[in-house]
Amino acid sequence: MPGKHTKAPDSKGHFGQYGGRFVPETLMPALIELEAAYKKYSKESGFLNELRALQKDFIGRPTPLYYARNLSARLGGPKIYLKREDLCHTGAHKINNAIAQALLAKRMGKTRIIAETGAGQHGVATATGAAHVGLECEIYMGSEDIRRQSLNVFRMRLLGAKVCRVDTGSRTLKDAINEALRDWTTNVNHTHYVMGTVFGPHPYPAMVRDFQSVIGAEARQQILKAENRLPDCLVACVGGGSNSIGLFHAFLKDNIKMVGVEAGGHGIRTGRHAARFAGGSLGIFQGCKSYLLQNRDGNVLGTHSVSAGLDYASIGPEHCYLRDLKKTEYTYATDREALRAFDLLSSTEGIIPALESAHAIAETVKLSSSMSSKSIIIVNLSGRGDKDVQEVAGIKGIEL
Amino acid sequence: MSRISNTFKKLRGNGDKALIPYIMAGDPSLDATRRFVMDLEASGADIIELGVPFSDPLADGPVIQQAAERSLLNGTTLKKVLGLVKEIRRESEIPLVLMTYFNPVFKYGNERFIKDAVKAGVDGVIIPDLIPDEARDFIHLARESKLDTIFLLAPTSTQARINKVAKAATGFIYYVSITGITGAALTFGKQMKENINLLRSTTKKPVAAGFGISNPEDASMVSKLADGVIVGSAIVKLIAQGKGIKGFVKNLRKAV
Repeated sequence: MPGKHTKAPDSKGHFGQYGGRFVPETLMPALIELEAAYKKYSKESGFLNELRALQKDFIGRPTPLYYARNLSARLGGPKIYLKREDLCHTGAHKINNAIAQALLAKRMGKTRIIAETGAGQHGVATATGAAHVGLECEIYMGSEDIRRQSLNVFRMRLLGAKVCRVDTGSRTLKDAINEALRDWTTNVNHTHYVMGTVFGPHPYPAMVRDFQSVIGAEARQQILKAENRLPDCLVACVGGGSNSIGLFHAFLKDNIKMVGVEAGGHGIRTGRHAARFAGGSLGIFQGCKSYLLQNRDGNVLGTHSVSAGLDYASIGPEHCYLRDLKKTEYTYATDREALRAFDLLSSTEGIIPALESAHAIAETVKLSSSMSSKSIIIVNLSGRGDKDVQEVAGIKGIEL
Repeated sequence: MSRISNTFKKLRGNGDKALIPYIMAGDPSLDATRRFVMDLEASGADIIELGVPFSDPLADGPVIQQAAERSLLNGTTLKKVLGLVKEIRRESEIPLVLMTYFNPVFKYGNERFIKDAVKAGVDGVIIPDLIPDEARDFIHLARESKLDTIFLLAPTSTQARINKVAKAATGFIYYVSITGITGAALTFGKQMKENINLLRSTTKKPVAAGFGISNPEDASMVSKLADGVIVGSAIVKLIAQGKGIKGFVKNLRKAV
């Protein structure tokens, strides 16, 4: 497995002071079972061969590393390469993890998988994995996300999954995770929970990272082949943080600037955002210790982002750890900046990015002004924007 | 000996079982909660669990989720619940256990929380998302201050988990009677009996069972196996409907 570049987490799932396992006791045996199964199968050639074959023929890996000539010329700065995770089967990097966990669930003898979804991409990916390996599948999704990602809801249903509407709390990703955890607590004997990001209790942050680190492993080889050198900078958006960790991990030893871009929503001062590092503090939420948007009494705050996939109150524990080690840095892009980047990439390159990935493009625009034409940036284009077209049209006041 | 241990010792001596009702603090108001505590004590409760509301209660079913939402809207905080406990202590010596999630406690500060809780008159804490593996410092501080740390075991628990939890728990062990969340339907069967017996062969600490126990019949059956019976959602539901709880709790008392 890739992802052995760092010793973290420790045997209890701690990345420094972050991570760990903060779950009801009912789930502990399942987490221990999952950890053991992952350890076993991540070394077993039968499992790895099946996963590699699916990565190639089902997902369509390796995804291209594309030199965005027009965007680079328009910005007049560095050479910008896009890691084309948007070309993955189902339209985003989420499938890398979902298909691997579906294979694992099957081998563990589980008959049913469940997942949470925000933008719907992880839900679609999990439903796809379930259809492929032949498992029953239920996806929890907040009703606010169901409204803004209705296309993905229909896709999940086509794939044979049941979409469970979550009407509690802010009706977004965090509430979907609460419901998925409640379901898992109830049906843990025959159900596997396919967590979609590098979050939650151990072993999820490490396991999902390993399944996603194929992104960076490919990109590293591809850039060496194309440019005969490593890039100067990596940029990726950060919701829970799986596409960014997936890109960053293979480069951790290379001393490269790595920038994670959170959702700035309407701006930090408005309180309507999902920038955990800019506006959050240390807390314990949904299974692990990490940065969290919370009030002074420790209750979790509502978040906002135009992008459902970044609209989450906490962030993967490994990101906090890497940030403390100064390996990675974090910033944010506002809704408005992301929407401008969405238009920019669409019109200059003919590539419509997911609104999540548009946050990374927005940061690339800012970085470009201070970088020379000799430098190289790799941006993780984590997903395609088809799912967002209707929502963006609505924001622009256009009726489709 | 803590108030909780004392209570179980006395009950055991008489061949009795503990009735442990749960209510959400601040639902519908902190003053109402104080009166409910008095009602519960007068109706035969041995220990009372006070819920401290949290925004994302992932071990709870809809009844307690909604009670937490109402309580948060009323402005209930951990600090205010500690103030409430202080007030209750002017009138009552009944053992009080706070049940909440780890983040409000962590944000308050573990050390400060334990100190303030004991000072206010709290006897024990139940934090479902804090497992002994992650609670080393917390347990250490709680022991120093003589605050009972009540940990949970579940139908899924293996012998290794039972050993670990039994060692870490003081006051009593909370046996989660179903694989699920609070307020779900109780399935009473052979498995529960076997699990509690396994637990008993591992530890002499008192065992109280909760989750899904919603009526005197359930309570009566469970009390034959465990040292205590915890009833939460059924009482919280009565409070939400604006009904009195004395009659129901008295019937539970008779059944346990």
